[in-house]
Amino acid sequence: MAQGAESATARRRTRGTREPAMGREELLQAYRDMLLIRRFEEKAGQLYGMGLIGGFCHLYIGQEAVVVGMQMCLEPGDQVITSYRDHGHMLACGMEARGVMAELTGRIGGYSKGKGGSMHMFSREKGFYGGHGIVGAQVSLGTGLAFANWYRGNDNVCLTYFGEGASNQGQVYESFNLAALMKLPVVYIIENNKYGMGTSVERASASRDLSKNGAPWGIPGEQVNGMDVTAVKEAGERAVAHCREGKGPYLLEMKTYRYRGHSMSDPAKYRTREEVQRMREQSDPIETARRMLAEQGVGEAELRKVDDEVKAIVQDAADFAQQSPEPPESELWTDVLVEEAR
Amino acid sequence: MPRRTMIEAIRDALDVMMARDPRVVVFGEDVGYFGGVFRCTEGLQRKYGPSRCFDTPISESGIVGAAVGMAAYGLRPVAEIQFADYMYPGYDQIVSEAARLRYRSAGEFTAPLVVRMPCGGGIFGGQTHSQSPEALFTHVCGIKTVIPSNPHDAKGLLIASIEDEDPVIFLEPKRLYNGPFDGHPEKPAVPWSRHPLSETPEGHYTVPLGQAAVRREGAAVTVLAYGTMVHVAEAAAEETGVDAEILDLRTLVPLDIDAIVRSVRKTGRCVILHEATRTSGFGAELSAQVQERCFWHLEAPILRVTGWDTPYPHAQEWDYFPGAARVGRALRAAVEG
Repeated sequence: MAQGAESATARRRTRGTREPAMGREELLQAYRDMLLIRRFEEKAGQLYGMGLIGGFCHLYIGQEAVVVGMQMCLEPGDQVITSYRDHGHMLACGMEARGVMAELTGRIGGYSKGKGGSMHMFSREKGFYGGHGIVGAQVSLGTGLAFANWYRGNDNVCLTYFGEGASNQGQVYESFNLAALMKLPVVYIIENNKYGMGTSVERASASRDLSKNGAPWGIPGEQVNGMDVTAVKEAGERAVAHCREGKGPYLLEMKTYRYRGHSMSDPAKYRTREEVQRMREQSDPIETARRMLAEQGVGEAELRKVDDEVKAIVQDAADFAQQSPEPPESELWTDVLVEEAR
Repeated sequence: MPRRTMIEAIRDALDVMMARDPRVVVFGEDVGYFGGVFRCTEGLQRKYGPSRCFDTPISESGIVGAAVGMAAYGLRPVAEIQFADYMYPGYDQIVSEAARLRYRSAGEFTAPLVVRMPCGGGIFGGQTHSQSPEALFTHVCGIKTVIPSNPHDAKGLLIASIEDEDPVIFLEPKRLYNGPFDGHPEKPAVPWSRHPLSETPEGHYTVPLGQAAVRREGAAVTVLAYGTMVHVAEAAAEETGVDAEILDLRTLVPLDIDAIVRSVRKTGRCVILHEATRTSGFGAELSAQVQERCFWHLEAPILRVTGWDTPYPHAQEWDYFPGAARVGRALRAAVEG
């Protein structure tokens, strides 16, 4: 077992009694944030089906607990960077649903003015460094963000997300080495949703426990139930604290699952309908949170209020994304290089 | 004669070569079990087994590097890079290893491999799923670069590429996979079954590398095009009524310069098309070669219609794509110039 997981187990043992990992308000917040992502993604899927979104669109449905739990561990100034399955990360970072949806529809009101599309959005204000379309490329970028923290002497941490498919890219290991060598404050988060497009992790990785993939460089790692937002947050706190204390990188393998296809055109021949159904029924992160909330005495009325609030945000985003104008032709040539004063 | 889509033609070429030659192995991301994201390798793993058609991890550098090793030891690897935009991690292996092995070993070792890559735009892929990087390959000596525009050529060129003794980059315009595309996104999609060049003979045949094809004979202006732009050129000639002679280059290296010179000397005018960005694009090379060989025959400046010098945009795909209207304006300018 990797050293991080050992210490976690030890800590759990000494704590003895089982207490809720999240208090009522925190859990309600997590529920709300996960539900926002879920409803946003469902709406994006609808708009795609209506032809209002073109090209590639990778939905995060099923994986919500990962990003919501991790985000709860962050402080102002921390950074987040991820791949192309990025809508959930942006919403979790606090980016406006309007701007994300309008980027999906390619409008001027989108975060990248329609230039980036689903896979490429950014917000300096919210510490979100993208949305990157090339598998694994962001792992090195995240390492660089962590270097900048180290160089500036702040105690900020960079969360660098990537999939289990991306974990086979060479630059991931180049980054691990650099981060471990220089003790950079970066949490590497492998979102293992079991399938790199149509190829299952078993058919792509000789490594069976991806949390150990940083072991040759001494990077502590642990496997986490990525379908349980409380488990994610608990592990996330450990990882972030490790980085903030200047002990170097940390690796979390989130065992999660995507319900939808890799992107919108996915024949889904690589897994059974029953497998998806089983995950939905037995491990859904939002249903799990709902049950926990009920145990903590949160009633249906309060949950419905959250549901309504989320629904309104998503509807507003969808309306905005259709009303925002298309970018003017002149936008095509801007932002290629620094623009000199004319 | 059977009609095939570009996807079916490519799959058939792989099938034919795997059946004929046990040295041929096919691999890449999602290529085996899943059958490829564009379905070009569907059924090959079932038919030939997982040692001859297999999935690789997402690691383009490893994919191309392994192919070089396989090829050096007598295999005929056909690697797929899922999108040409993903090839950059493998570019070092293409340039520094595949392209140079023959030269630096004085012919002792070679790398007869094929790297297939879907390229080009037209499917709202944005900057990471739409690029046309052909000039990054044609600039590298030691590799050949092929780009078909129709199913008949795709099958024949792919077989010729696999049989070729040198490394070949085989670019597949993804907008053409399911049907010809004339640069008018507003028109309903046309299937390949209605196009004469969807007729692909059964079994083994080749379209030799280094031979251009005249797609439309004409006297007023020579149009040099490849891939998707061949179909755009045909539409533009039709719409403007300009009597253009359209050459489908089919392979960029080796280049059929004789066919180009023959045509330009006849028409005295030349318009060059590509989807890739303009500066240092392959059109610059074509323009230089035409000028060197046909200067005294030229009656007007050589024109280029290309993608703009910007990353491929997401929302403004059709402002970027050099469609039939832009090509038509160039045709008129060339004949009036």
